[in-house]
Amino acid sequence: MSQSGEKGKFPETAGYVGFANLPNQVHRKSVKKGFEFTLMVVGESGLGKSTLINSLFLTDLYPERYIPGAAEKIERTVQIEASTVEIEERGVKLRLTVVDTPGYGDAINSQDCFKTIIQYIDNQFERYLHDESGLNRRHIVDNRVHCCFYFISPFGHGLKPLDVEFMKAIHSKVNIVPVIAKADTLTLRERDRLKRRILDEIGEHGIRIYQLPDADSDEDEEFKEQTRVLKASIPFAVIGSNQLIEVKGKKIRGRLYPWGVVEVENPEHNDFLKLRTMLVTHMQDLQEVTQDLHYENFRSERLKRAGSVQSNRVVEEEVMDKDQILMEKEAELRRMQQMIAQMQAQMKMKPGDD
Amino acid sequence: MLTLQPIGQTKPKSMPGSKQGHLPHLPQSACDLSGVWHTVCPCLRKLSAFEVNSDLTTNVSIKPLTSDLQLEVEVEASVQMEEREGEDGVEQPPLCPIDPNTQGIIKGRDLFGYVGIEAVLDQMRRKTMKAGFEFNIMVVGQSGLGKSTLVNTLFKSKVSRKSCTPNYEEKISKTVNLQSICHVIEEKGVKMKLTVIDTPGFGDQINNENCWEPIVKYVNEQYEKYLREEQHVNRKRRIPDTRVHCCVYFLPATGHRLRPIDVEFMKRLGHIVSIVPVIAKADTLTMEERLEFKQRIRQDLEANGIRVYPQKEYDEDAEDRILNDKIRENIPFAVVGTDKEHQVNGNKVLGRKTKWGIIEVENVAHCEFANLRDLLIRSHLQDLKDVTHNIHYETYRVRRLNESNANGLGLSALSLENGTFDKNEAESQL
Repeated sequence: MSQSGEKGKFPETAGYVGFANLPNQVHRKSVKKGFEFTLMVVGESGLGKSTLINSLFLTDLYPERYIPGAAEKIERTVQIEASTVEIEERGVKLRLTVVDTPGYGDAINSQDCFKTIIQYIDNQFERYLHDESGLNRRHIVDNRVHCCFYFISPFGHGLKPLDVEFMKAIHSKVNIVPVIAKADTLTLRERDRLKRRILDEIGEHGIRIYQLPDADSDEDEEFKEQTRVLKASIPFAVIGSNQLIEVKGKKIRGRLYPWGVVEVENPEHNDFLKLRTMLVTHMQDLQEVTQDLHYENFRSERLKRAGSVQSNRVVEEEVMDKDQILMEKEAELRRMQQMIAQMQAQMKMKPGDD
Repeated sequence: MLTLQPIGQTKPKSMPGSKQGHLPHLPQSACDLSGVWHTVCPCLRKLSAFEVNSDLTTNVSIKPLTSDLQLEVEVEASVQMEEREGEDGVEQPPLCPIDPNTQGIIKGRDLFGYVGIEAVLDQMRRKTMKAGFEFNIMVVGQSGLGKSTLVNTLFKSKVSRKSCTPNYEEKISKTVNLQSICHVIEEKGVKMKLTVIDTPGFGDQINNENCWEPIVKYVNEQYEKYLREEQHVNRKRRIPDTRVHCCVYFLPATGHRLRPIDVEFMKRLGHIVSIVPVIAKADTLTMEERLEFKQRIRQDLEANGIRVYPQKEYDEDAEDRILNDKIRENIPFAVVGTDKEHQVNGNKVLGRKTKWGIIEVENVAHCEFANLRDLLIRSHLQDLKDVTHNIHYETYRVRRLNESNANGLGLSALSLENGTFDKNEAESQL
């Protein structure tokens, strides 16, 4: 029971306990702790993945790019390159890890190119599982892949066989966000057609891409509208660039062509802003889904497998035990029945005695 | 180079030197003929050397020939003509190369009047206009690179396979199957039988190993067909020419380098057909990116020993080389194709309309479609056919005949070749 007027520190209404302050405490703690996010980018060479990452996070993750020649590419297998960068914005620290997959789709025979990637994802899960089951769980580093941007080429008529196979292989392990790269090669109509085509093919093959959660009914209209727009624009058709071009006196990021300037942050030109919004507002959700869905799937699979392998013998013993017990019980039952039969016989005999 | 070569003749017939050379095949327009004089039949060039006034602009009107040559070209040329007669009085084909300073040449200005040799041009033109031309072009590239659209744009008509099959659905096919569509298009009385050979399914699978084999097989099959026709005792007057004259290879505009599949394909097919690589959907590259990309591609081509059209070795002389060098500096052409028209500054132009501007296909500042079209159709169409006939086909023929000689008389059955052979060996036999 509070007494109004006596304490002048904070306004106390009747029945105010004060745990409404909890989110602030969480907020303060997380800000101090910082966030971790691992983003994987997968796609063929030359689709603008590095440029897009640089544009999204306004950094230069790939300062000295070496583009190998075709002869080298024939020999190369898919590699995994993880680069970490710490970004700070208004006191909030983000430790961003970008996992690049150079060599994907380059070779003439690309059948093995996603094995390396799947193995990497599994390894990260494995490591987290191991840490989680360990004794000191205070500083677990979360390197699990929270989100995978899959770059679809705008040059085709939809998904290629490689795209389909890859997405089917990883949709149960990681959140897939399909992205149409180099969208400045498409007119508006072509873009819509391609998006519809891709969504159709995704549905046709049963690929589970990351679904944006619906806005809660108690959120404001603006947020609901934003979520609706975002959901309707998947897959996002994006253009990346970090070059500053002067347009009408303003310096904006874009690409300069003889026929015009494509602005990266213009929602009419491409979906870059939408992609960034989605990533930023749903970073937490992406992490949650990775933890609750993909990681748990992996964990249960793993433990089942581990359980069955390690204690195969134990299970067999148990089975044997059960059989024995059953047999013993049956034996006992029979004995009991015999005894009952004997007693019955005796009782029958008794009245005969008299 | 450009001539009016009658179809079906296996060797270009020699013409005694004429005053003005062969008529270039151009639409009616004012044109700078100084460039045109380079496009003279190689065989003719051997006979006569021209010195042309380079600031020459005239109108060339090509009208259906009913009367004498209506050529309004004024050329000051010193022509060295050679008239040779064999022992039987039969015209003999000249041996190339010919030193124009040999004796016995009657110079044009020494003729005492008008002989009328140039009227042979007239006859040639009439014949070829009646006969028409054949041109077989093959387009190779991954699905969705705009091959069909580009072919339609090139010939300004719906000649691609997509326009021909009704209710066409774009599905990636599981194997590479070649489809050839044939059309006869006509311009100003000149008929061309155009065959477009499309290769859906190339490079689309996960495992693309040997996806070039069906294509190599097809090209060799056409050569084989022609060879067999040629070897018949009773030959047709005009052997139908289904050989692939030109193969346009579409590179996706990644901006990086050649991919392994590109290298493999061009290595194998560069020996047997004239490849013209183009950068498809080039509206995704800025000018600097385009230049860098082209440079890297040229480096890759050279590093892998791939020879694309126009090949350096087949340049006949200095003029050819200069012209072709200019072309070679520009390959691969960055093209954009479309069949939609839009209004720009009051003109109807072919272009792609986007929110940030209209990409004009025929504007050389935007893309190099016009250069590609000029190369393929306006200036080097005949040369493509000549190179195919004189060089690629002959190489094939020599190889086949040597093979069959080794196997006994008669042509052996065509075995599945993968199109690779020792070029040096073939060249030494040519």
